[in-house]
Amino acid sequence: MYIRATGNISPQHTYGHPLFLPELVEYVDNRLSCIEPDYKGIIDAKQIRRMSRIIRMGVASALECLQEAGIDMPDAIITGTSYGCLEDTGIFLSRMIEYNEELLTPTSFIQSTHNTIGAQIGLLLQCNNYNNVFVHSGFSFESALLDGIMLLREKEASNVLIGAIDEITNISHSILNRMGLYKQNRISNKEIFKNKSKGSIAGEGATFFLLSNESSNTDYAKLIGLRTFYKPQKVEDIKKEILIFLEENTITLKEIDLIIIGKNGDEKLDRVYDCLQSEIFSQNVIINYKNLCGEYPTATAFALWLAVNIIKFGKIPKAIDYNGVSTSKIKNILIYNNYLNKHHSLLLLSECKN
Amino acid sequence: MSETIFVAGTGVISAIGNNISECLDALKNSRTGIKHMQRLDSVHKNKFPVAEVNLDNESLESLTGLSSLKSRTALLSLVAAKEALYNAGIENFDNLRTGFVSANSVGGMDKSEFFFTEYFKNNQKGRLCNVVNHECGSITELVAYQLGIKDYVTTISTACSSSANAIFFGARLIKNNILDVVIAGGADSLTKFTLNGFNTLMILDEQFCQPFDENRRGLNLGEGAGYVVLVSEKVANTLNKSPFIKLSGYCNANDAYHQTASSPDGNGSFLAMSGALKKSGLKPEDINYINLHGTGTQNNDIAEGSAIKRLFSPIYPKMSSTKAFTGHTLGASGGIEAVFSILAIQEGIVYPNLRLQTQMKELPFLPEPNFLQNLNIKHVLSNSFGFGGNCSSLIFSKI
Amino acid sequence: MDNLLLELKKQIIAQLNLQDIKPEDISDDLPLFAEGLGLDSIDALELIVLLQQYYKIKLTNADDGPKVFRTVKTMAEYIENHQTDK
Repeated sequence: MYIRATGNISPQHTYGHPLFLPELVEYVDNRLSCIEPDYKGIIDAKQIRRMSRIIRMGVASALECLQEAGIDMPDAIITGTSYGCLEDTGIFLSRMIEYNEELLTPTSFIQSTHNTIGAQIGLLLQCNNYNNVFVHSGFSFESALLDGIMLLREKEASNVLIGAIDEITNISHSILNRMGLYKQNRISNKEIFKNKSKGSIAGEGATFFLLSNESSNTDYAKLIGLRTFYKPQKVEDIKKEILIFLEENTITLKEIDLIIIGKNGDEKLDRVYDCLQSEIFSQNVIINYKNLCGEYPTATAFALWLAVNIIKFGKIPKAIDYNGVSTSKIKNILIYNNYLNKHHSLLLLSECKN
Repeated sequence: MSETIFVAGTGVISAIGNNISECLDALKNSRTGIKHMQRLDSVHKNKFPVAEVNLDNESLESLTGLSSLKSRTALLSLVAAKEALYNAGIENFDNLRTGFVSANSVGGMDKSEFFFTEYFKNNQKGRLCNVVNHECGSITELVAYQLGIKDYVTTISTACSSSANAIFFGARLIKNNILDVVIAGGADSLTKFTLNGFNTLMILDEQFCQPFDENRRGLNLGEGAGYVVLVSEKVANTLNKSPFIKLSGYCNANDAYHQTASSPDGNGSFLAMSGALKKSGLKPEDINYINLHGTGTQNNDIAEGSAIKRLFSPIYPKMSSTKAFTGHTLGASGGIEAVFSILAIQEGIVYPNLRLQTQMKELPFLPEPNFLQNLNIKHVLSNSFGFGGNCSSLIFSKI
Repeated sequence: MDNLLLELKKQIIAQLNLQDIKPEDISDDLPLFAEGLGLDSIDALELIVLLQQYYKIKLTNADDGPKVFRTVKTMAEYIENHQTDK
């Protein structure tokens, strides 16, 4: 399967930017917010007036992806979002509580549903095709991707638009902060892997891909495999899953030119990655990515965007700090991510041979 | 890829009963579950009737073993999923790859409402245990844990078509040889959030709803859960079931007309139904019964009715909306109605479309007003259509 | 009446988040729906709440919407005819 096009709005300069991450945008905060484009000219003024921030980001990112792919009617639109449209949910809830269930308006309710972004994209494109939404924490994007892969295998579709969208709002940030997910000290995202401490940095993003079972000669990369596993008990189990995955795809770690891992700067959560790095991944070139986009349940979509761009541009971008080993051409990339050590996923990408 | 997907078991809880046999009894005896609001603590208590499950959270705890402090959605989900698994009669899961694909529309919102009442006064207040399961996926995981399922878990949320999509995603996981057994369906509990949300749309009926009636006024909300256990042919061969039911067709299409309203001609509904028929290889005249989406709103019923007219004219199968019994259970409705559709085949029955008085003037047909039995029902079409234009149809068939 | 008309226009713009539209762009007789300002059924529901919130008028029958919300002028007339507490 081929990844033909991408669209990405993230805390880095990824949207509509011709250069591939020439520098890291620094945040000295435990919250990384997306750098949004001016939506005028992207989304019609009449349609945008009701859209909250996450809907705008999702729609703009999807449209960029479709435009790049030169497709105006995808065979399927599949989205993954863990939190859904939090801003509208918060508006409706707060008003409902403040006005004691009176004087409520429909817009925020309608737009609070998890299928809002996928539906808005369908509506804008007038697309009657398959439309599905996965809302399962750190598996939201992976489930959407699996759905798309199956549709292509079943020959129900020849191209599918797949995206991941999650936002941080003031409300969600304050609650997740109270739950201990984020760092309490002010630290730059450039430093999170050097100075370990409790918690990560909050992130968000809207990332879309056009996946097709036909080569277009301008594809970014080939998606070779996807595997998810849930709540492994120990690191040994994770290693086992990784080896099974590689074997299934008839590739060895030696042949993997680059591994992208989902470390997030939390001293406890990162131990799993440290273990793998010192053991089965010890001979591989490894890079982190969550200092670019922050931690959020659908962050794997950012890693996938990064991977396919590295294959396309043939290099690791300047924004990424890595152990400096000079690599020959990067042909095969493995992504290993876990979200809160519960939702684990593996993705394998290869260059397109012409 | 062409493998048959079998239904090995079903489980349900709704306002008309806490299990399959109670629901069947109510359906056969035209006993609606819609009543004056009792459990939900809303200022609209005396205005809108609802269809509440007749058990409080403590009773659900003793039925399931899951703490009553958890979301009611998880409690309802677990009751129905457990029944479905029990009915499936699979004795040994050791070498079976088993998944749980569940749907819901607002996750643990029933508990989040308590949290936010405190939180909005002071953002350091509100007990975190009430918001920790706010996300939709969290409800699925609470239940998966109780069921001991780890191989694959995921959650789908496409408004009112959520659990129909969960069922057919589950079937495809088996077809693609990723899993052998999938418990699929959905759950939703009544919340103030959804009640008030639907109230802003002015589509709640202050009386008992009358789906597909010329004088329909809107919908009544309900709660519950419904699950099916889907198995591969290999697993089905090890089970002793007769008659076996299979999921023979499914389709997901989008109306792409409006954020909440259906297109007047029900284009999305038409595409979902005709797509499911195509998938099953059946012709419209093969369908013996349609379990309608039939919410009772002006808009849904005319859209769905017009699509049925376009697809089935001039010969119409029996049809009825069981939402006049269960209320509209949103993310659970596709699961509950899939179970009812399967029961219709197993029992050879058609449910009455309660309170039907006047035929809609735009439609040349009337849903079935009476309970019918001793029928040979071979193929049932179940419709689930939702906001955002998300339309899905499933077809269950006797083998 | 003129004050009410202007006030209403401002409230409509704010409530419906009509970007790049100023009160003077909405003439008193401009149809609010369809070919005029292009509002839709969700906006109609928003306007019902607007009447309730700012003018304490409850439109109980949604079918009255199209008549009442035809133009800013018809809205203002409806408000003047139904306001009891002013």
